[in-house]
Amino acid sequence: MGLDIRLPIGLLFSVLGFLLAGFGVISDKGIYQRSLGLNVNLAWGVILLIFGIIMVVFGNRGSTIRPHEQDTAINRDHSAGGKP
Amino acid sequence: MGVYALFVVGIGVALKRYMKTSTDFFLAGRSIPAWVCGLAFISANLGAQEVIGMGASGAKYGIATSHFYWIGAIPAMAFVGIFMMPFYYGSRARSVPEYLRLRFDEKTRGLNAISFATMTIFSSGISMYAMAKLIQTLHILDAPLHSLGLPLSASFHCSIVISAIVVLAYVVLGGLVSAIYNEVLQFFLIVAGFLPLVFLGLKDVGGWNGIKAHLPPAYTHSWQGMGSSQTNLLGVEWFGLVMGLGFVLSFGYWCTDFLVVQRAMAAHSMSAARRTPLIAALPKMVFPFLVILPGLIAVSLPAQPAVLSTGHGAAETTLGEVAATGRGLIPAKIDQTGNPVVDANGIAVLDYDLAIPNMLVHYFPTGILGLGLTALLASFMSGMAGNVTAFNTVWTYDIYQAYLHKDASDQHYLWMGRMATVFGIALSISAAYAATRFNNIMDFLQLVFAFVNAPLFATFLLGMFWKRTTGHAAFTGLLSGTAAAAIHQGLTLPAGAAPGIKGGWLATIHSYPSEMAQNFWTAIWAWSVCFLVTILVSLITQPRKESELAGLVYSLTQRNSEGHLPWYQRPVVLGVVVLTLALILNIIFW
Repeated sequence: MGLDIRLPIGLLFSVLGFLLAGFGVISDKGIYQRSLGLNVNLAWGVILLIFGIIMVVFGNRGSTIRPHEQDTAINRDHSAGGKP
Repeated sequence: MGVYALFVVGIGVALKRYMKTSTDFFLAGRSIPAWVCGLAFISANLGAQEVIGMGASGAKYGIATSHFYWIGAIPAMAFVGIFMMPFYYGSRARSVPEYLRLRFDEKTRGLNAISFATMTIFSSGISMYAMAKLIQTLHILDAPLHSLGLPLSASFHCSIVISAIVVLAYVVLGGLVSAIYNEVLQFFLIVAGFLPLVFLGLKDVGGWNGIKAHLPPAYTHSWQGMGSSQTNLLGVEWFGLVMGLGFVLSFGYWCTDFLVVQRAMAAHSMSAARRTPLIAALPKMVFPFLVILPGLIAVSLPAQPAVLSTGHGAAETTLGEVAATGRGLIPAKIDQTGNPVVDANGIAVLDYDLAIPNMLVHYFPTGILGLGLTALLASFMSGMAGNVTAFNTVWTYDIYQAYLHKDASDQHYLWMGRMATVFGIALSISAAYAATRFNNIMDFLQLVFAFVNAPLFATFLLGMFWKRTTGHAAFTGLLSGTAAAAIHQGLTLPAGAAPGIKGGWLATIHSYPSEMAQNFWTAIWAWSVCFLVTILVSLITQPRKESELAGLVYSLTQRNSEGHLPWYQRPVVLGVVVLTLALILNIIFW
């Protein structure tokens, strides 16, 4: 199908990660008593954001090589390696 | 949550322009890569009963719940990928009932198609009902309802309508691809929502050793007490467990249920279709850590007030006064009058279904709590959408095209598929409301479905691996297997239950130590009777010509050489890897 699934996944998690991390920065630290004093919003938000960005990057590469791809990891790495 | 809903429908809209033929709509044009199908394969199964139910069982039975994964799913997933997928995918059948027509005859297909279609409607209805109930319990919609000036009792109806509209929108627009893409999205969302929960929970109780220190050993060993039904929490002995759950029920579900098989049929090639269940088995294997562990953590914590709040700062509800009778984070069940429900011995009945929701509320502050709840809702929706897409395909190809309107244009069937989605969801809504009124009817229907499903795998096994099996034999085998299940259930009773829906409605000639043991043995009986009857009837009826069975039966199908693939793409290699890992997990948690 024409839409690479990694793009929507990447976008969703980038947005969610960004919102969560942003809220983690501005939120009152008192609410983190529940989560054993860890600022889970900030920490997990950053992790989701990184995951989202990785997915978007791969999704973009995936769709640019789509016409002649074979959908194997080897193939993907190979074409990706061609670009600096 | 709003962001998520927007994305879900957005995918449907983006995919709409690709939906040109009925194959695009029902089979995703057979164009999806294996890993996407694989994640959708488990995500479709990851409905309400999975997340809430497995968390609840984790709290109730401990790590032995992992049998539902490491024995009750992985071997069957390896089997369907290695041995059965070549026939499903290779026969070009568009659905499981259609395979039955190609292999056997019209009546076997009709029986399977009609029972399957009814079942999907009710499953999706029950999923919807469970979700609406949960939203009500967690007061998720209270704040928006309040600002709209609507009564809080509207929460249940709103949840049903909203979930129905969201699923409807993305399935009608994008068909199976849209459902699959959303299932993959939901898979990641569930992992994203539950991973930090498990992390925080484990940190709090002091890791696996902390759980071990807090709970009796029966909770933390999956096999040790399995020698006798008296020494383990499940109340089942090893033979009933391995044969009933590990063989009959698990193979019956993972190998014949079109809901999951449809995901593999959408793959872009035969080898991708075969890899689908094997790839799915890898995350499936670690899911116990995501869904069972929170349940275990919830019981190992000291009893404390269970706080249920919305995460929006409104309508905070404290169930603190009942926590005294609960255990860990698990509150006692509350009846209509607000008093805890007690059993015959005066001990409070615990509401295990609240294990996961309470864990979320206990550990997650505002912010990530929204993510956790979204993950929970996503799991309900993926279960619902899975049922709806399976329903619209079976309805259109195996009921509508087969019996009602044979030679219409492909465009007409595409249109019918969309319509089937609409009335499938409408019927699910009625089923959800029926569940609110007549809880017993739902129990009864689920029982009937269990009877119908139990013998199925015997039919497929014989059909695929014994070319002598005939259509008449398959049909009579299925019917007698279902009858055997009903009779067995009618003659036995789990310990402590009154005759009625739980069994014993004919007479009680045997008593099982637990309901689970009874279910497993019902399945074993149904399977064995179906297996024997099918063989006997096959021997006295006329077999089909071998030339007609090419590609449908093991001995008459050419094996595709997959030698050109790298090792990690070969189904057999993957199968061995998956089974070895499952074995290792079983040994670790012995």
